Amino acid sequence: MTSAFSKAAQERIPGIIARYAEKRGALLPLLWLAQEEQGYVSEEAMKEIAGWLDLTPPQVYETVTFYTMYNRRPIGKYHIQVCRSLMCALVGTDNLLGWIHAKLGIKTGQTTPDGLFTLSQVECLGSCGTGPMMQINDDYYERLTQDKTNRVLDDVKREGKCPLATGPFMFPEPAQK
Amino acid sequence: MATHELLLLKNMSQPGYSGSLADYERAGGYQALKKVLGKIPPGDITEMVKKSGLRGRGGAGFPTGVKWSFIPKDHPGPRYLICNADESEPGTFKDRQLMERDPHQMIEGMIIAAYAIGVRTSYIYIRGEFVLGARVLERALAEAYQAGYLGKDILGTGFALDLYVHRGAGAYICGEETALLESLEGKRGLPRIKPPFPATHGLFQKPTVVNNVETLANVPHIVNRGAEWFASIGNPPKSSGTRVFCMSGHVKRPGNYEVPMGVTFREIIYDIAGGMRGDKPLKAFIPGGASAAFLMPEHLDVKLDFESVAQAGSMLGSGGITVMEEGTCMVWAAENLLHFFNHESCGKCTPCREGSSWLLQILRRIDHGKGKMEDLATLTRLCGNIAGRTVCAFGDAEIAPITSTLQYFRDEYEAHIREQRCPFRSQPAPELISVGR
Repeated sequence: MTSAFSKAAQERIPGIIARYAEKRGALLPLLWLAQEEQGYVSEEAMKEIAGWLDLTPPQVYETVTFYTMYNRRPIGKYHIQVCRSLMCALVGTDNLLGWIHAKLGIKTGQTTPDGLFTLSQVECLGSCGTGPMMQINDDYYERLTQDKTNRVLDDVKREGKCPLATGPFMFPEPAQK
Repeated sequence: MATHELLLLKNMSQPGYSGSLADYERAGGYQALKKVLGKIPPGDITEMVKKSGLRGRGGAGFPTGVKWSFIPKDHPGPRYLICNADESEPGTFKDRQLMERDPHQMIEGMIIAAYAIGVRTSYIYIRGEFVLGARVLERALAEAYQAGYLGKDILGTGFALDLYVHRGAGAYICGEETALLESLEGKRGLPRIKPPFPATHGLFQKPTVVNNVETLANVPHIVNRGAEWFASIGNPPKSSGTRVFCMSGHVKRPGNYEVPMGVTFREIIYDIAGGMRGDKPLKAFIPGGASAAFLMPEHLDVKLDFESVAQAGSMLGSGGITVMEEGTCMVWAAENLLHFFNHESCGKCTPCREGSSWLLQILRRIDHGKGKMEDLATLTRLCGNIAGRTVCAFGDAEIAPITSTLQYFRDEYEAHIREQRCPFRSQPAPELISVGR
């Protein structure tokens, strides 16, 4: 049987399990590993993880379904997550959704026909002073304007990333001497 | 207002400060750890933190030293220390900055705390979305192991500590400490019934302390400069030290600002955050994250400390201050927050699980011009049936936006119902979507 995990990933698993006094503690990290490998957490991966951790597949499944960040089916290559919570909504979540729609033609829950972008609305991402904002895969893009949004989406489409992603966060930025 | 000394944001406010171990050490980092390990008995550290008056910066404000002292001294172990870096309270974005810009400050605090309570294994539970934060922490931990601040024989004193980053996966409730423990055990993040408390039955049923990022980042400063010094900052004895307040909403200069507790909302909104965007009048503000009741312009002279904000009918909470200008619809604001709470209710307790859905449906109906006058009494009754009837504080949190907006803006609710439309919205309301889990 082929594994949902690459050989390199499989070699990391015992080290992850060893961090916890009880094996089940390694469940969230192993689900992350599965998602890194496949872009989502497949049922095959869940069964394998259950085997590693001496759990039943339903024990893994019930945990997976509780958390919003594990995808249970493949999604677009770039997952756009727009914060819809109050602090961002006060400063323009609706505008941002409109800009994305104008650029990509997709609404919340949809994926572009080329399979590149999936758009979700999510709750607070901890970026309340720098809204409106979106997360694309691992990166945060904040204080968005229409021009900035267009550039980010162009860059990501072309190169998979954009230099406008927020680095180690500080806002307001310290004064430069 | 008078200038004040930065503690937690001091290093990162220096131009060029990278947060690397070398930068942190140059700024005096890890001196507190060297002062403590093998030189001061662990119990004395706990006493020092107690005396400093440090209270938890995550939201509940429990005295940190007292929390440490609840760990049973005769327990064979293992014991655990967890840094709560789940930062999920809407309006709050300080821990993200503390972790990503000066990770060693928090790590040094964790090592000292671990020494004080006799911990050998410790975890940083960071919310899943903070991928960059997790990477920064991993890099900082590797540096600390390399330098001998972590591992088997720390600084040659025989003290051993392993420290791991553990990523959450998207669940607000995992910021609640017992839900966090369940999540760390690989389960659904459902809060536990207390007692027993984590101090005796925490992670894997072992004695456990859970402290917030900002709380732990204060510890090296207390060790370096003394409990008396710390206890003199802010508004002692109940509110000692500084807080990093997160300003969001309709202010000119949103962002993180560290000030001594005891400044007023007027100072932080109008001086520090530059006042209202577009100079519109202030309509209302949330003083301490989404779980805190709304406050009004009449509360601008309330001091930002635990007791004063509680007296005003809200809470200092997580330090997230959200400011709303005149023209913001309060029914819409409450509805937005209830969408959050409905989405994030873990589902364990019926009043919260079902109540949040009912509350959201009613608010949505009113906001979309389909409300009935009796809905207001229903809202009040529902809120009363949730408060105090849930395992964790989530139930009390989810009703705060409604009870406070009903208290201060009842006329606005009534106008929505009377006119069968939102008086603030010029566009037609978006389609009414049914709420389901």
